[in-house]
Amino acid sequence: MMIAEFGHYALVLALALALVQASVPMIGARKDDPALMAVAGPTAVGQFCFVAIAFAALMTCYVRSDFSIVNVFENSHSAKPLVYKLSGVWGNHEGSMLLWVLILSVFGALVALFGGNLPARLKANVLAVQSSIAVAFILFILVTSNPFLRIVNAPLEGRDLNPILQDPGLAIHPPLLYLGYVGLSISFSFAIAALIDGRIDAAWARWVRPWTLLAWMFLTLGIAMGSYWAYYTLGWGGWWFWDPVENASFMPWLAATALLHSALVMEKRDALKVWTILLAILAFSLSLIGTFLVRSGVLTSVHAFATDPTRGVFILAILVLFIGGSLALFALRAPLLKQGGLFAPLSREGALVLNNLFLVSACATVFIGTLYPLALEALTGEKISVGAPFFNATFAPLFIPLLIAVPFGPLLAWKRGDLLGVAQRLVGAAGIAVITMAVVFAMEGGGPILVPFAIGLAFYVMAGALTDIVERTGLLKVPFATAFARARGLPRSAWGAAFAHFGLGITLLGIIGETQWSLERIAELKPGQTISVRRYELQFDGVTTRQGPNYRDLAAHFTVRRHGDFIGVMEPSKRSFPSRGTATSQTALMTRGVSQLYLSLGDPNADGSLAVRLYYKPLVLLIWFGPVVMVVGGALSLSDRRLRVGAPKGARSKAALSPAE
Amino acid sequence: MKLLCLVMTLLTFVAVPCAMAVEPDEVLSDPALEARARALSKELRCMVCQNQSIDDSEAPLARDLRMLVRERLQAGESDRQVIDFLVARYGEFVLLRPRFSWHTALLWLGPAALLVIGACGIIVLARRYRANFDRATTEQERLTAAEAARLSEILRSGER
Repeated sequence: MMIAEFGHYALVLALALALVQASVPMIGARKDDPALMAVAGPTAVGQFCFVAIAFAALMTCYVRSDFSIVNVFENSHSAKPLVYKLSGVWGNHEGSMLLWVLILSVFGALVALFGGNLPARLKANVLAVQSSIAVAFILFILVTSNPFLRIVNAPLEGRDLNPILQDPGLAIHPPLLYLGYVGLSISFSFAIAALIDGRIDAAWARWVRPWTLLAWMFLTLGIAMGSYWAYYTLGWGGWWFWDPVENASFMPWLAATALLHSALVMEKRDALKVWTILLAILAFSLSLIGTFLVRSGVLTSVHAFATDPTRGVFILAILVLFIGGSLALFALRAPLLKQGGLFAPLSREGALVLNNLFLVSACATVFIGTLYPLALEALTGEKISVGAPFFNATFAPLFIPLLIAVPFGPLLAWKRGDLLGVAQRLVGAAGIAVITMAVVFAMEGGGPILVPFAIGLAFYVMAGALTDIVERTGLLKVPFATAFARARGLPRSAWGAAFAHFGLGITLLGIIGETQWSLERIAELKPGQTISVRRYELQFDGVTTRQGPNYRDLAAHFTVRRHGDFIGVMEPSKRSFPSRGTATSQTALMTRGVSQLYLSLGDPNADGSLAVRLYYKPLVLLIWFGPVVMVVGGALSLSDRRLRVGAPKGARSKAALSPAE
Repeated sequence: MKLLCLVMTLLTFVAVPCAMAVEPDEVLSDPALEARARALSKELRCMVCQNQSIDDSEAPLARDLRMLVRERLQAGESDRQVIDFLVARYGEFVLLRPRFSWHTALLWLGPAALLVIGACGIIVLARRYRANFDRATTEQERLTAAEAARLSEILRSGER
């Protein structure tokens, strides 16, 4: 079969098209030649098609278990379930880079297809810049990470995918994360195009904000999904570790969140232009740095399995070229951009500047903490560790003032706001917070004052997020039907902000609940013995073995009772994969409201007893429910007619005039 | 192993053994002492792992260190003494929260410094903005010569 060669060839063709797309339209924009500029659209779509063909070819090799392909041989197994054959395509370095490039070309094609109302020069420049990124990364794949290489004597069986990756999480998490990560390339391309052109107008912001929002939504979901995956997979109930690889996705998220807010100012008030451009460059640069950290082997962790330095050097070159180049261009061109929209310090704009200050500082904290040990070792040879305790100590003080400020933003007026008036309007939210604090303090019976404070803060953020909606609908003041009608009439972007900020409060509540009130029980049990946590009692009934498609499961059975009443069973297991001679531990979870019982197994002892670890995790599900609410907010905002991708200002009135059919 | 195998996915030829971190036989009978041991364990790095504390790790070295911490605590040492002992033996690398020194000054002060620099920058810009804002407002309020002429013309025609 020639499928691999076919895919390889398609990728080479994609590179050729990308080269054309990166150069011709830009020359066209320079010479003001419409024919040359028009090359951008079709090449972008063509590039996407060829990358998609290459990706489909690799996927086909996986589905067919074609072990004459090195990549398939090293990462697949004929007995692996189909879903892991498919998702296994990106469960390795080469395949994940191909997914990266595929998503990059998807975004390029989307701009080409839906950018009909973009000014021609802007569109040509944006697509050319986008394609120059594609050139670099397709070249990287072809030169250092080709997934289509053959083995001369094809083995009969593959080495299988690392068992820990054989999880539904692998099917969903990386594509979501990459959609977010790589989606930021669009804002980057728009920023560079604006700098090349030397001008930037409101139409620019109308375009950038929805794309950033879209990427941000995927990134939010991707990070939350990864966190939940880690939580149920790793067997000790942690959900965020400040691992460099996590930080690599968190930094772009912080920058994208800042960008989202500054683009708002630019769109509505024509201010903060230069800063927005810089943020767009920084956000994608952080994505590139994340890719470098993860892909180059510089972390020398299990993640950075690539010990081959050529890859690291290649990505570093890409990094220097794009980040250095874009910042140089910025330094050169930014002074030419006109500043618009003046505002008083106490205004919605001012609040969004404050938001940006704290988000960027938080992002810088993560950046310094992640890279400091690498830099120090490179410069002095001294080895230090920067782990969770450092980040917890530095990140929280930066985020608390931000959280206090969050409800103020949407309530302040544009241009010139009334801080005292807003503070008065937030009295209700503050009251709810104080009552919550008092209740928690009473329940805790003392204890660290920080816990009631943090819970109060979470309620304040949630109530504050709703304040704007409550006031504008007149809820509590006018009849419910009137309020409901007004609620429907509110712009969706107002709802979007309320949801996103509410989600932030939810996450905060979950984080505090889990970290402060989590209970742990560790024990060795023999069949018939019980272990209990809070009101729950778990009885160990014994173990059975089961045969899965490519593993054997040693499952432990537990009967769960609450106050003596049977409420269910939990069956954690140890799963051994003969193909790799390794095992994973499958955690058992029982959801009670938004809290969970969490049970994982240690190794069985010779005397028939089993080491188990049981947690009661209060409010833990809120940690991931919050991001979902945030994303719903993002979707609402995105669906706002006024912001819809590519919707021209007059679309509504034009639609109204068209004859009814 | 840290998570993120997951988070970015990919990779790893290293199997992830999901045995347990703190094992039942390690737990001290004195809850106060055990709580201190757990808190200390979260601050100490498992040096053969990637960014993992000895509290989370199931590596044999992490287990040895956990036992060591508990032994020293039982011997009546303070948290500080235990940490000093481990740093003397394994170097600063064992600490997940680096101690403040010349080598880590930038790490600890960097974020705060950036926040302050950013805030100062904003204040400077805000002042400039405010000056512009006031000037723009007064300029808007003041009529241009042409506007003034037109206004007086209108007023005159109104009087007539």
